[in-house]
Amino acid sequence: MAKYVILGASAAGIGAVEAIREADPVGTLTVITDEACSHYSRPMISDFVSGKADLKKVDCRNEDFWKENNVEAILGKKATAINFDEKIVQLEGGEKIPYEKLLIATGGKPFVPKMEGSDKDGVFTFTTLKDAQILATKISSINAKSAVVIGAGLIGISVTEALVKRGLKVTMVELQDKILSLLLDPKGSDIVEMVVRKAGVNIITGQSVQKIIGKPDNDSAVGGVILTKGDQVPCDIVVVAIGVVPRVELVAGTAVKTNRGIVVDSMMQTSVPDVYASGDVAEAYDFVLNQNRLLPLWPLAVLEGQVAGCNMAGKKSTYAGGTNMSSLKYFGIPVVSVGLANPKDDPTLEVLVKSDPERNVYKKLVLKNNVIIGMTLVNSVERAGILFYLMKNAVNVKKLKQQLLEDDFGWAALPVTLQKKMRVVQ
Amino acid sequence: MVKRIIAKQENCMGCGLCEVYCTVQHSKSKDIVKAYNSERPRPISRVRVERNNPVSFAIQCRHCEDAPCVTACLSGAMRKDPKTSQVTHDPQKCMGCWTCVMVCPYGALIMDKEGHVVAKCDLCQGFDEPACVANCPNEALVFKEAKH
Repeated sequence: MAKYVILGASAAGIGAVEAIREADPVGTLTVITDEACSHYSRPMISDFVSGKADLKKVDCRNEDFWKENNVEAILGKKATAINFDEKIVQLEGGEKIPYEKLLIATGGKPFVPKMEGSDKDGVFTFTTLKDAQILATKISSINAKSAVVIGAGLIGISVTEALVKRGLKVTMVELQDKILSLLLDPKGSDIVEMVVRKAGVNIITGQSVQKIIGKPDNDSAVGGVILTKGDQVPCDIVVVAIGVVPRVELVAGTAVKTNRGIVVDSMMQTSVPDVYASGDVAEAYDFVLNQNRLLPLWPLAVLEGQVAGCNMAGKKSTYAGGTNMSSLKYFGIPVVSVGLANPKDDPTLEVLVKSDPERNVYKKLVLKNNVIIGMTLVNSVERAGILFYLMKNAVNVKKLKQQLLEDDFGWAALPVTLQKKMRVVQ
Repeated sequence: MVKRIIAKQENCMGCGLCEVYCTVQHSKSKDIVKAYNSERPRPISRVRVERNNPVSFAIQCRHCEDAPCVTACLSGAMRKDPKTSQVTHDPQKCMGCWTCVMVCPYGALIMDKEGHVVAKCDLCQGFDEPACVANCPNEALVFKEAKH
């Protein structure tokens, strides 16, 4: 009997292991993952494809992380069922792992829409290290020259950069009118789009791929795509990067309550006693929208895993919440986006903007009742964390509006009481 | 308890010498002229003087007990040293994603844009006192045990 069982060995699983071991150094702990490689950084798989990071660099913990933390790691094995009454996880091959406390951190799987030709050789998704390894190998083996990336969000832009660095001619196809539409408003998006285009990327928005076609001499291999309006784009490789959906199969039809993902409370507990969920599979709290929702982001998954781990080990912890928050480094133009980036016309909201087109700088804050609820920073992200602090702690910024978007804005502009509270000064 | 750098705002003259000495300390040459004039990659100061006249003070990594940069780090470059409780950063592991910059409430993580990695205060490992503290002409920075 393992005291703790964790399904999944990525961000949430790692966070949970570390939190459990801080509270309970000895309780037996088993981690189960269907991946052969574990505790690697998923956000870094694009650096792996581009050649910037090798397998060692992609590892986001020490090589002997499981041993250090006294974990029995079952790698490359899938959990096939959970019996919540008897508290047993069943693995492929029939092995049964009983648990006292269980964390479901199975993450998300790439969403691939129904498309004719999506079964052709040369169609990839981009979520796991294995995906990245297969993609990198394929690029070399067929000496790929061109690619179509479907989706211009976080994953889409990361894989596009990697492919460009590998020398491929890339076309991004995005159904929305703008790239990075979940992170940027149209103005911010335009700046990034211009930079990405300058790197040689062809960007097609407002369309999707209706069909993947084969090569003239080999129909089973990817030869191009046909867009919704009928245009044809030839390519050797297609990467589907639309997003991820929660891997909830294990709890489907069980007592574990799900919405789009697994429903959890502020302690990351599911509706079933002793069963927790964290990361991309769970619907955790968004402090900007004031509701639980899917937010498949690495830093939040680690945090949620930490909260679950603490509670599993009997050390009470509550999740303060996250929000849509990403920092992007791609194509040499840093972007930070937190909370509401592109609110609809709402008279209760105030928007502060500062733009400097010559420097490709665009900064925007969305305020409600003098509290920041959205920040977008393009090509000027230094000290973004100070704004994030004001946002997360709902600090009233009424008297700071003139300064917030200045390049030298910092703690010196903030009230002395706050400086002392945060021990910025003595 | 961990030794931390504390800023005494009332003593700070805003001279910026802490930035100069930090830059030299983190240069390869340890030579002020070379550090500023010729060394590549450019050495970077990990302390920054904030000014809002007449107020000024220096700010650098607080080595937070519950460090948001460590939790948020996508690559595992940012760690909490279990022995010293210091927040350490491994530039070899850093992927330059700036996620830590997004979450650091002190704005204390410096973007090394040439190196595409983050630079931060390491409390001048191996020295009795960090260079910024040792060279502050008006004791506006002190190095002592403090909670945070």
